[in-house]
Amino acid sequence: MRIVVAVKYVPDINAERRFVDARVDRSPDVGTLNELDENAIEAALRLVEALPDDEREGSEVVAVTVAPAEGDVALRKSFQMGVHRAVRVSDVALAGSDYFGTAAALAAAVRRLGAEAPVDLVVTGMAALDGLGSVVPALLGAELDLPVLTLAKKIALDHAGDAATLRITRETDEATETLSAPLPAVLSVADTANRPRFPDFKLIMAARTKQIEQWTAADLGLDAAAVGTAGARTEALSAEPRPARAEVELVVDKGEGGNALADFLIRNELV
Amino acid sequence: MTNRTVLVLVDPATEVRSSVLELLTIGRGLGRVEAVTVESPTVEVLAQLGAYGVETVHQAEIAPAALGSVGGEAARHLPVVVAAALATAVRRTDADVVLAPATFGAKEAAALAAHALGAGLIIDAAAVGEDDDGRIVTGKRVFAGAWDTRCAVTADVAVLTVRSNAVVPQPAQAAVATDVEGLTVELPGTRGVVVESRDVKDRPVGRPTLEEAAVVVAGGRGTEGDFGPVEEFADAVGAAVGATRDAVFEGWFDRYVGQTGVTVAPRLYVGAGISGAPHHRGGMQASQVIVAVNSDPEAPIFEICDFAVVGQLADVLPQAAAAIRAHRES
Repeated sequence: MRIVVAVKYVPDINAERRFVDARVDRSPDVGTLNELDENAIEAALRLVEALPDDEREGSEVVAVTVAPAEGDVALRKSFQMGVHRAVRVSDVALAGSDYFGTAAALAAAVRRLGAEAPVDLVVTGMAALDGLGSVVPALLGAELDLPVLTLAKKIALDHAGDAATLRITRETDEATETLSAPLPAVLSVADTANRPRFPDFKLIMAARTKQIEQWTAADLGLDAAAVGTAGARTEALSAEPRPARAEVELVVDKGEGGNALADFLIRNELV
Repeated sequence: MTNRTVLVLVDPATEVRSSVLELLTIGRGLGRVEAVTVESPTVEVLAQLGAYGVETVHQAEIAPAALGSVGGEAARHLPVVVAAALATAVRRTDADVVLAPATFGAKEAAALAAHALGAGLIIDAAAVGEDDDGRIVTGKRVFAGAWDTRCAVTADVAVLTVRSNAVVPQPAQAAVATDVEGLTVELPGTRGVVVESRDVKDRPVGRPTLEEAAVVVAGGRGTEGDFGPVEEFADAVGAAVGATRDAVFEGWFDRYVGQTGVTVAPRLYVGAGISGAPHHRGGMQASQVIVAVNSDPEAPIFEICDFAVVGQLADVLPQAAAAIRAHRES
């Protein structure tokens, strides 16, 4: 079984996140693997680990990212969790890509991996914590013409002969749903699906020296005019930090705290 | 440029949610507004759409056989189906803008429609306007409410999902009669996705929904599993109730506010027993007024508050609820 996990290098939500020239600052000192991608890697590894011995042999989980060189931070972390191989798609032509440019680049990388040997599944996190769009999985499915199962909370793979069916349960805003699709497919994994493993010492050491493959837009046959700033259908105009909030009005409850709260809400016409 | 055609996604079409009323209000500011549904709207829904100036509803008609192969009626609300309806409606009406709410399903549908149309896509705009050239310009609050960004759509068609509480819903100056027009939609195929089951969740009774509420009260680890005071206070102020991701993992409540849960930006947010971890702040920091009650005086949430009480939830919340009830009755 071959699984591609699409991962993203994002500013750490625990660090001070900022923009430079209306673009997200992706300096290496504040960047990390998108935390929600750990759920995707965990799901991919578990699917492989659950295979019978003969199928697990030769299985491969490949982490792919579209990022500048700093993105290696995310791929090293992916190695630490146990992925077998990592690819970074880097090209100045890809800078400034919108959702569609990013999905096109990821899809092209999956197609190239698929040309080596069939890819059974493409797994993503439920969102990237910088943009929080949650739409790249659906767009990957559209680009690759594959079925898409998003926001999976429970994941099961049923084998019947040569055919494999992926079945998920998910909680949407409206309903609890069980969906299925034949492989190959695209799967996005909710943060409630699993608890990502902690890297063990052996994998941390091994991750340091593992090779990260680098592909350019040209390697993937991407039309430079269709991706990056050139192909984007939206234009970032500005990014400004919000003014800090006024000083908090803090009350220590000595028996009247609830009344003070009610008074604050009433005098500000909030109730 | 007010001769635009603006399509608003109304799904489900069995009720008009406040998020849809906001979209209709925004849409009227951009041009002529029409609605798209994937099912038959009820009489009440049509009346409400008329009050908001919608003359035409494009109701997707999908061959039952096409739906039957992917799970029947339950598949009607799948993003690929909704996206096909939106894209078909844009082509038929030559629409310039599509507005959809900020649910996960609507985001996916919006993205797929934009992909099919070659449209520009903005997810979760908090403000929608236009520039001097008539381009659609959106404002968005990002990085847990710490930055404001502005973005212009450069393609001919703009597809936007819009956060709740972006505007106050305003009916049109005069109500109009609303016609339903059938829209034949060719299902592009779900590429093998089958809806095996779909259990629609009950909407909270007597309380607004978390996504749309003007006031949100959330409970965290500090509740120690007792949401009684949180719910009592929420009902006194007419709020929706949510939790933190931790509290949901503990099984104390079913829905959480956070960057991967429901993102809220209400007029008033009250955090009860919530420390203010980055994950939670990412889902509420764009709220207009932030209030916290926590027994820990060092709770990080106090740094982003307008008003805070250091105290026990079981003391503070019932007292506040009683005072507010008394104020409302006076």
